[in-house]
Amino acid sequence: MAYNCVVLIKQVPDTKRITGKAMNDDGTVNRSALPAIFNPEDLNALELAMQIKDEFGGKITVITMGLPAASVVLRDSLFRGADDAILVTDQRCAASDTLATSYILSCAVKKIDYDMVLCGRQAIDGDTAQVGPQLAEKLGIPQISYVEKLIELNGKTITARRNIGAGWQQVKTKLPVLLTVTGDANEPRVAAAKKIMKYKNAQTTIEVEQKIKAENTEAAEANIQKLVKHQCSELDGKGLLIKQWDLDFVGADLSWCGRSGSPTKVHRIQSVVLATKETKDIKPNEQGISDMIHELIEDKIIA
Amino acid sequence: MIDVNRDGEVWVFAEQHKGHLEDTPIELMSKARRLADTLGVKLAAAVLGNEVKDIATKLIHYGADKVYLAEHPLLADYQTNSYAKVIYDLIHKYQPQIVLYGATATGRDLAPRIASAAKAGLTADCTDLQIGDHKTTNGDTHKNLLFQVRPAFGGNIIATIINFDRWPQMATVREGVMPMPEPDVSRKGEIIEENVQISQQELPLEILEEHKRPKKVNLKAARIIVTGGAGVGSKDNFKLIWDLANCLGAAPAATRAAVDLGFIDSDHQVGQTGTTVRPSLYIAVGVSGAIQHQAGMSQSQKIIAINNDPDAPIFQIAHYKIIGDLNVVVPKMIKAIKEKGIKELTPLTVAET
Repeated sequence: MAYNCVVLIKQVPDTKRITGKAMNDDGTVNRSALPAIFNPEDLNALELAMQIKDEFGGKITVITMGLPAASVVLRDSLFRGADDAILVTDQRCAASDTLATSYILSCAVKKIDYDMVLCGRQAIDGDTAQVGPQLAEKLGIPQISYVEKLIELNGKTITARRNIGAGWQQVKTKLPVLLTVTGDANEPRVAAAKKIMKYKNAQTTIEVEQKIKAENTEAAEANIQKLVKHQCSELDGKGLLIKQWDLDFVGADLSWCGRSGSPTKVHRIQSVVLATKETKDIKPNEQGISDMIHELIEDKIIA
Repeated sequence: MIDVNRDGEVWVFAEQHKGHLEDTPIELMSKARRLADTLGVKLAAAVLGNEVKDIATKLIHYGADKVYLAEHPLLADYQTNSYAKVIYDLIHKYQPQIVLYGATATGRDLAPRIASAAKAGLTADCTDLQIGDHKTTNGDTHKNLLFQVRPAFGGNIIATIINFDRWPQMATVREGVMPMPEPDVSRKGEIIEENVQISQQELPLEILEEHKRPKKVNLKAARIIVTGGAGVGSKDNFKLIWDLANCLGAAPAATRAAVDLGFIDSDHQVGQTGTTVRPSLYIAVGVSGAIQHQAGMSQSQKIIAINNDPDAPIFQIAHYKIIGDLNVVVPKMIKAIKEKGIKELTPLTVAET
C-alpha cells in the first residue's frame, strides 16, 4: 500500500556556525548575521519520507510554521522530492512556545489525510525535542521518538529502531504514528536538477504580492490585489503555488496560540561570559610544569 | 493544567529501568530538596513500574519526604502513553507545583507528552533551577517561581524561563549537571501506594527487542578528566591523552571535533551534545574551547589548558594557562607527575587498539 507522509520542517539560524560577527560585543546573538538553514534533522525526516515513497508510493506534504521567509525551506523540500508544501504563517503565531506551536501544527496536520507524521528529533536553535511528542499527543496518535532506522512497513503496521541513549530498542505499532528522526537515520539526498527546474518558481501568495508591489510601485492597492489573485491562480494551475495557511484557515482557537497559548515565558536572557577570576601563566618548560603539578598535589587536586 | 497552587509539592519523576533507579533522578533529588525547603513544601518522588517498592525506600534515603508508588504489571516496561497517563492522573490528583524529569532519552520522550495533555509549560534541558520572583511588564509580581535556567541558541546564550499562570511548572534537567547526594539510610518518609487504572489500550507499542550498551567510560564519576581536542592532530597522537590520563588515574575525554575526526569514541565526548562534567581537575589539551564545549565543563574545580594559540577561548576559563606545543608539554607533564611519586592508579579505561 502507498503511504501519505506529512513532514514538519523548520527554518533555523545556523547556531553551529557562530563566528565572531554573529556575536555582539555584549555577548548577545546578532541574528541578522546568522545564515538561516533547513534544520538538519528535519532533512533526515524528509529523507525517510522519501525512502518510504520510493518503495511504496504515496504523497509527501511538507509543512512549516514560520515567517514568510521560511518558504525557502519549503521550496528546498520540493527540490528534494516533496509533492506539496504548506506555509503556516500568521503574526498571531508570534511568541508561541512549544505547546502553542504543537497546537497550531496539530490544527494544520488535521486538515491533511496522513498515515505518518515525521519530524526531526530537535531543532538546533532551541534543542528542545518537545514539539514532536506534544504534536503526537494533540493528534491522539502514538509516537516513536529518536528513530534511527525504519525496519519494516507492512500494511498498517510499522517497525522501527529507536535510539535510547545507551543502546537501542525495536518497536512495532499500528499506523497512524508520529516519528521523530535522528541525524543517524540516513544521508539526506541533495536537490534534483529536474525538480529545481520544475519548482524554482514555486511561490507563496506573500511572495507573489511582494514581487508585484515591487514592480508596480505606483499602482493602486485594488489593482495590485487583482494582479496577485490572477498570478496566484496561474501558479496554482501549474502546481507551483505554495499553500499559505493562517490561523483562521486552520481553525485554531486563538487563546491557545501565540503568547496567550504559551505557558512558558522568558524571565531573562544572559550572554555566556565564562571567565575565571585568576589565571596562572605556566611556562611550557620542566620547571614551570613541575611547579604546577606540585601545587596541584599540595592543593589535593591530584591525589 | 492545574491552578497556581502555593502549597503544591515539588516532584521528581524517578526514572527506573527493570528495577534499576537511574542516576539522573538521584542527581535531581539534592536540588529538588533545596527547592522544596525554600518553598516550605514537601519533596515527593513518583516511581512507576512493576514491583519497584525498594526503589521507593531508596528515594526516601536520597531526600524524598513522600513517594508515590504506581505499580502495575503493564508498567513493567516504559512506554510513552502508559507512563504519561499515570503521571498525568497523579498530577491532577495531587496538584504539585513543580514536576522535574531527567533530560534522558526517556524523560525527553515522556515530559512533552504530559505537558501537552496537561496544557502546562515545560522547559527542556535545564542546567540549573532556582526559586525567584518575576515582575511582568504590567507591574505584577509573581513570587517564588521556578527559574528554569537553560542554554539556548547552541549554547551561546543562557535563558531563564518561568511559567506563572499555568501549573505545574515542569522542566527536564540535563544529566550530570547536579552532584549526586549521599544516601541517608536513617531518613524516614511516607510511601503512598497508588491504585493504578490502566489498560492495554494505553500501550500502543510492542517492544520487540532492546539492547543496552554500557558507556565505555563514566565521565561523570571521574575526579580528573584529560580531554583532547582537534589540536591533538591524529588518532595515533591521541595516545598522548590516554597516557596522561592513565598516569593520573583520570578518564580520557574529547571534544566533539576530536570525536568527529575519529580520534576516540563518542562515549568520551564532553560538551553541549556530550556529557556534562564537573571534575576536580580538567586538563584540556589542544582544545580551542568553543562555547558548546565550555557548556559541558566550565563547572570543573580547576582547569589546565594547553594550546599553542594564545587567543584560544579556553584560556579565558583556565586556572592554569600553558601556551605551547602539546607534544612537548604533555610528555613533560607525564614526567613531572611520575617524578612526584604519584602512584599509578588503576586507569578507569584502557586504550582501544
